[in-house]
Amino acid sequence: MDAILLQVLNGLDKGGAYALIALGLTIIFGTLGVVNFAHGALFMLGAFCAVSFKSLISLEKVTLDPTQKTAWGTPLEIREAYVESWFGDAGTLLINYSVPVSLLLAIPTMLLIGIAMERGLIRFFYKRPHAEQILVTFGLAIVLQEIVKSVFGANPIPQPAPDVAKGMIDFGVAIGFDAGNVVYPAWRLIYFLFSISIVGAVFAFLRFTSFGMVVRAGMADRETVGLLGIDIDRRFTIVFGIAAIVAGLAGVMYTPILSPDYHMGMDFLVLSFVVVVVGGMGSLPGAVAAGFLLGILQSFASMNEVKAILPGIDQIVIYLIAVIILLVRPRGLMGRKGVMEH
Amino acid sequence: MVRRTYARWCGRRGAERTPPTRFTSQAWAAGYTNEPKGGTVTLGFNVPQTGAYADEGADELRAYQLAVEHINGGGDGGMLNTFTSKALKGDGVNGKKVVFVTGDTQTKSDAARASAKRMIEKDGAIMITGGSSSGVAIAVQGLCQDAGVIFMAGLTHSNDTTGKDKRANGFRHFFNTEMSGAALGPVLKNAFGSERAAYHLTADYTWGWSQEGSIKKYTEQLGWQTTAAVRTPLGAGDFSQYITPVLNSGADVLVLNHYGRDMVNSLTQAVQFGLRDKQVNGRDFAIVVPLYSRLMAQGAGENVKGIFGSTNWHWSLQDAGSKAFVKSFGTKYGFPPSQAAHTTYCQALLYADACQRAGTFRPSGVGAALAGFKFDGLGNGPTEYRAADHQCFKDVLVVKGKEKPTSKFDVLEVVEVTPRAQVEYPASMLGGELGPYNDGA
Repeated sequence: MDAILLQVLNGLDKGGAYALIALGLTIIFGTLGVVNFAHGALFMLGAFCAVSFKSLISLEKVTLDPTQKTAWGTPLEIREAYVESWFGDAGTLLINYSVPVSLLLAIPTMLLIGIAMERGLIRFFYKRPHAEQILVTFGLAIVLQEIVKSVFGANPIPQPAPDVAKGMIDFGVAIGFDAGNVVYPAWRLIYFLFSISIVGAVFAFLRFTSFGMVVRAGMADRETVGLLGIDIDRRFTIVFGIAAIVAGLAGVMYTPILSPDYHMGMDFLVLSFVVVVVGGMGSLPGAVAAGFLLGILQSFASMNEVKAILPGIDQIVIYLIAVIILLVRPRGLMGRKGVMEH
Repeated sequence: MVRRTYARWCGRRGAERTPPTRFTSQAWAAGYTNEPKGGTVTLGFNVPQTGAYADEGADELRAYQLAVEHINGGGDGGMLNTFTSKALKGDGVNGKKVVFVTGDTQTKSDAARASAKRMIEKDGAIMITGGSSSGVAIAVQGLCQDAGVIFMAGLTHSNDTTGKDKRANGFRHFFNTEMSGAALGPVLKNAFGSERAAYHLTADYTWGWSQEGSIKKYTEQLGWQTTAAVRTPLGAGDFSQYITPVLNSGADVLVLNHYGRDMVNSLTQAVQFGLRDKQVNGRDFAIVVPLYSRLMAQGAGENVKGIFGSTNWHWSLQDAGSKAFVKSFGTKYGFPPSQAAHTTYCQALLYADACQRAGTFRPSGVGAALAGFKFDGLGNGPTEYRAADHQCFKDVLVVKGKEKPTSKFDVLEVVEVTPRAQVEYPASMLGGELGPYNDGA
């Protein structure tokens, strides 16, 4: 039982990332009708916002100590971060909390990247076939990841969680298990709660604001909203920016779980597309539900007991479930009639 | 116009029909493949310049450039000054200046073979060297055997490279999983005792299987039990679903048979799940990473602290050869070399030295000079290129993640230099046949 609970928790934090990426993909598809294969790159760029912020606040003052030599005979470099020398303990604290603090940098950065991406490239492909949209956004994703690689290198760059969130939480004790049986990394639980919060915030924004109401109306019937004199294109541009922010924030908070490298967006992209399709093209609740569902199923399929019966199931389970769901419900779990059916 | 179009069409059809390992150019025309005629001899450096191992490939390329500089008489001479063979005089090889061309393996077998083929056919490379993957090494080694050029393997750790897939034209300086197991076994016993239960997470490809087999063999000889050996997909990214079953499995050791990005991620996540600080059955839980790379260890950051593993070479070694190499490399590039850089530098020097001693670039002559060659002064102590399988035998380093690193390069500490005699095994043990040398004539 404890093993099952552990895998549920594991599926939830993994599913959180899938859900956030899929949510952004669905928003863009629902509003702009664009199949955005560069969305994984936005997740990766968010992660590199955290890397950039940490690099920025870790800029070091280098002094040479002629009394000590490196192994190759040059004077030893003594390094001290500027923020630590300027602000003392506050500077150390800032470096320690660099991942959550970098959310503040990621929000405007990702908004600008999203808007630039939409205005500079993607808007020219609104009326083009989906195949062309996929090609251009996939090409864009490759360009972005190669730029990141040329700047940051190919190796993963570690981004530790704040010290306070590095430990384990004995989750089982709270629900009646013996102490030590269901312990789980604190940061992963934080990530799950964070993803739930972001999903809730996006839904609340679309549900309870007039901006959101117009966007939802535009998703349902773009032409009629336009006839009412509302500049729906401008709002959809902002929606693209919001979707970029969601992907970016998901990437920032994921960095302590997975050391970021230039390829991390591609790793999530394919799975996130499966999540969108399983959830139902254009359905926001479907994307979220499918994200968590597939995350949990993927975790269960990796259990040794399951793999003993079905070897290799862990590597195909998501695609298998996708096939089954599409056979039973061709529009996905919560897909709307008419989306991608013409 | 029509004739030109038809000729182009014929050319394309011909190219499409050419099998990938068939050599068609002037490469075959001479006494042996790419026999150098002018004042230069061309070496082909085939390293990952793009993809996940690009940083490791860049370090290999730096080392090759340094080696060429030293062979041609430039720089401070590096390990040429400490190498026991004094055949090379700093004036090139066999009176010819060494030049080089590069290829990008992309850490993909097909791409690596294509770039090696291009360097042999178009650029006239007399020797191919480099790489950061066993899959790539085995693929390129086979191609070089067919083409009639020598292959000096780069970073390849699978037993198969000089085991079941060995070839006469291929030579490996790097150690292998069998040697890692033999070196790590006694150290693990001293550190953790002989009553342990190990849980393996293994990258699901040739190197991972080879590494898992060797560690299981040597730890089970110590009395350890293997609780489970779980295969994980290459490049999985998030390994947490494979790590959670470890928590309550009863195992008290986790062996991560992962390399590169997989190692960084699985180790980081294992530490996140509290395995380094966990206690099982009254014993401290232990994590082992059988193959360490300093470049990769930097990616795992503080998570490597206290974690045991093995490595081919480390820049902190204090023998004359290592110090000379670190000085040369550090002065030129501003940071210490990786084990990948060390092994590729050695391979370039060893090849050049063998050509000089043989007085020819003919693969069979060079191979005969390398096979059974005993040397010292290249940073690993007394070393032998065993004739029976073209595998280098030398001391193996057991290392541990440093508790208090003094710089970002200072992440590993050498805990034991395992003597060569302890890691040697009969050549017949890993199977395979070298076969005859191929000169390409």
